[in-house]
Amino acid sequence: MKSAVIVFPGSNRERDMVTALHSVFGSAPELVWHGDSTLPDVDLVVLPGGFSYGDYLRCGAIAARSPVIADVVRKAKAGTRVLGVCNGFQILTEIGLLPGALMRNASLRFVCQLVNLRIDNNESAFTRGYRLHDVVRCPVAHGDGNYFADEATLDRLEGEGRVALRYCDERGELTADANPNGSQRNIAGILNENGNVLGLMPHPENFIEPLHGGTDCRRFFEGMAETLEAV
Amino acid sequence: MMKAKIKVTLKRGVLDPQGKAIEHALSTLGFGGVDEVRQGKYIEVELEETDEARARAEVEAMCETLLANTVIENYEIELAR
Repeated sequence: MKSAVIVFPGSNRERDMVTALHSVFGSAPELVWHGDSTLPDVDLVVLPGGFSYGDYLRCGAIAARSPVIADVVRKAKAGTRVLGVCNGFQILTEIGLLPGALMRNASLRFVCQLVNLRIDNNESAFTRGYRLHDVVRCPVAHGDGNYFADEATLDRLEGEGRVALRYCDERGELTADANPNGSQRNIAGILNENGNVLGLMPHPENFIEPLHGGTDCRRFFEGMAETLEAV
Repeated sequence: MMKAKIKVTLKRGVLDPQGKAIEHALSTLGFGGVDEVRQGKYIEVELEETDEARARAEVEAMCETLLANTVIENYEIELAR
């Protein structure tokens, strides 16, 4: 069960991710600097949250052109699981591994709060720890999490079951009030065509220990561990 | 030397919350008749290339590769000596 977490200048959640992976997988992930040209041979690659390059130009834009990214793309296309959280999600859309873009929150406010997520696809390696339409509490912390894609892309994502997670209320209803950033169709996380790449704005790594206030998100990592160990 | 002046703007139909906030502030300040405020980016790049066609091609490549996210943004290039 081998994993790697890529570190960019300005990443600030990589240690939380390392702690979460270590805690569930039983082995520490390797930290890989963005300037490296190749990744180690691993089952899971994580792009963590933070503010790579200070979010200059656009969130994730400069990180997406880092030397290590060519190998991330190569591995993703070959089927390696790639997880992008928050800034990592922004980077995945900038790379083009996931469609659409993350824009400034519609409220123009930085949001830092607990949200409810509805699991809309529980067949991926990342979400198989849950039942379909489970409601999971998870923290968000971002200023640019407003998911945008054109209507045709949104229809295609929904049609192909690639919307993995949506913002919802406590009962699993997709209301505007439950949407912290104005994302189209309450989208919080999406999968690529093959289901081996997931990008999401919320931070599951920050809700896995009782000290965090809840452990709802531990199942994400447990589900991943089960999938990857079965590989 | 040439200077490229690059304007990056959000595509039509893409919500621009910053533009909306500016619009609201302008109307609060008493400027009437203001509508559809859009915020964009302005980037200047100095180039050693002196051939205009080659310079434009190079700046277009820069826009497509990094400076604009063509999923949501358009760009305009103006070259000056």
